[in-house]
Amino acid sequence: MIEGRVWKYRDDVNTDVIFPGKYTYQPLEPAEMAEHAMEDLDSSFAKEVKKGDVIVSGYNFGCGSSREQAATCLKAAGIAAVIAKSFSRIFFRNAINNGLPVIELEDGVGDMEKGDTVSIDFEAGTVTHEGNTYHFPALPKEVLAILNDGGLIPHVRKELGKA
Amino acid sequence: MGMSFAQKVLAAKAGLESVAIGQIVEIEPDYCLSHDNTAAISKTFKKIGVERVKYPERFVIVLDHTVPASTEKYALGHKEIREFVHEQGIANFYDAGVGICHQVLPEKGFALPGALILGSDSHTTTYGAFGAFSAGVGRSEMAVLYATGKIWLKTPASFKIVVSGKLEEPITSKDLVLKIIGMIGADGALYRSIEFTGRAIEEMSLSSRMVLSNMAIECGAKNGYIAPDKKTFAFLDGRAVCEYTPVYPDPDAKYEKVLEFDTTRLDPQVAKPHTVDNVSPVEEVAGTKIHQALIGTCTNGRLEDLRLAAKILSGNKVAHSVRLLILPASQEVLLRALREGLIEIFVEAGALVLNPGCGPCLGAHQGVLAPGEVCLSTANRNFKGRMGSRDAEIYLASPATVAASAITGVITDPRAEFVGGAK
Repeated sequence: MIEGRVWKYRDDVNTDVIFPGKYTYQPLEPAEMAEHAMEDLDSSFAKEVKKGDVIVSGYNFGCGSSREQAATCLKAAGIAAVIAKSFSRIFFRNAINNGLPVIELEDGVGDMEKGDTVSIDFEAGTVTHEGNTYHFPALPKEVLAILNDGGLIPHVRKELGKA
Repeated sequence: MGMSFAQKVLAAKAGLESVAIGQIVEIEPDYCLSHDNTAAISKTFKKIGVERVKYPERFVIVLDHTVPASTEKYALGHKEIREFVHEQGIANFYDAGVGICHQVLPEKGFALPGALILGSDSHTTTYGAFGAFSAGVGRSEMAVLYATGKIWLKTPASFKIVVSGKLEEPITSKDLVLKIIGMIGADGALYRSIEFTGRAIEEMSLSSRMVLSNMAIECGAKNGYIAPDKKTFAFLDGRAVCEYTPVYPDPDAKYEKVLEFDTTRLDPQVAKPHTVDNVSPVEEVAGTKIHQALIGTCTNGRLEDLRLAAKILSGNKVAHSVRLLILPASQEVLLRALREGLIEIFVEAGALVLNPGCGPCLGAHQGVLAPGEVCLSTANRNFKGRMGSRDAEIYLASPATVAASAITGVITDPRAEFVGGAK
């Protein structure tokens, strides 16, 4: 169960504006990646984001490049979950693989505004906003296992007996 | 019930009779691609705690995104990749200059009908043009593939896109794919397997087909398949790295949607800033001043693209106000363009010919944009900030439209500059 402050964005937020290509082939630590999060979409984001905040967005969040830093930088910036009407498939996989919860939800997203508070109950599969509760579908068990282990690398280390 | 192409490949790879839409399967890809991001991937691989890449022969590594290295950081990344490749015995390594990965894999015979290919690059969809099932994945997933050779995939529903008619120069498959993306939207085929079919596709060259599969990701698709035919087999003759078995969808396969397009009255198309689905006929933006023009990238840097551009540029000069950058997609393309005299035409026209590679497409180097500048490019993405400044604008079009516009200095319908093949 988490409660977070909303950052609200539109449809088709692409990975270039989440994490610009000019940094993609530079060896950066997650904390350095966080400094460039959302750089070409919202210059206030990296300065003002707080641990536990939640991104709420429209359709096709994370479209474009396969760059995993788009997920890594949001996680490192403190984002607790991304709620979107839909996700591009590579971003969706990258988010899970980085231990960043992604919630596909159409209902209620239109009413959620920047600065609002939303609570997410992962076990119940619900998002609550201003007294309204919306249900989201559970992730497949294979995918949930990766998220619960904190991402793909810890998950695979565990499976291989390396953890 | 018959199965789609995606179902048949995933069932075969998973060792199952059939797979249902939405079913998750664990499979071992035939080939996996990574590029300059191998430096980061190799570090993640080491964190897993496995010493050796499990199947080194299944990995193909191509340096293309920042070649030759323009900064010390990029140079260090390339050095680490060369060391990793040597240490792990990865023979399928193509160093700076060989070409863009999505051109190199087909040229070197890895893009095979029926093969399952994954790459840590979103435009890995390109190999669908050869009848492969190919899709992009992330860096962590590629590191795990190095370690285990395995990955989970979900079986997508399929769309069939039927294209009738025949493309006539200077209208190209780029105009067609922009039209399709403009109509269905950036998420029009989100998480779907697209099968492109119909008379226009059959008539197309493999290079033209690659444009469609390359840009399938721009409407959200997982992969973009085209049935292999005698053109495919002829191309692979002498190139294929191993034997292959083409996979075709069942005649009674179920499609979530069937979309029909006709190329008969297709006008040149352009994607306007800042999304790929913001498409209109060139006519609507004709006269827009440009500062840079780019012909190249994994979408349109092939020999037929350069030939088309050369036809238009031959005997003409690039406008003084425009920088025309030309990047052949590979050394093979560059060599053939040299032998055919195309490079001479470009240089005489005043173009700047760069080495094979991704160039400025993703804003890393070699011709990035200043604030307020406008670029017309044959690439596949025009997102804000992608080629440098977030205050620059990128339009996407065919090589014909870019060549014609480089001459006039403004966005120009290539039919105005291109009369019957020769000026």
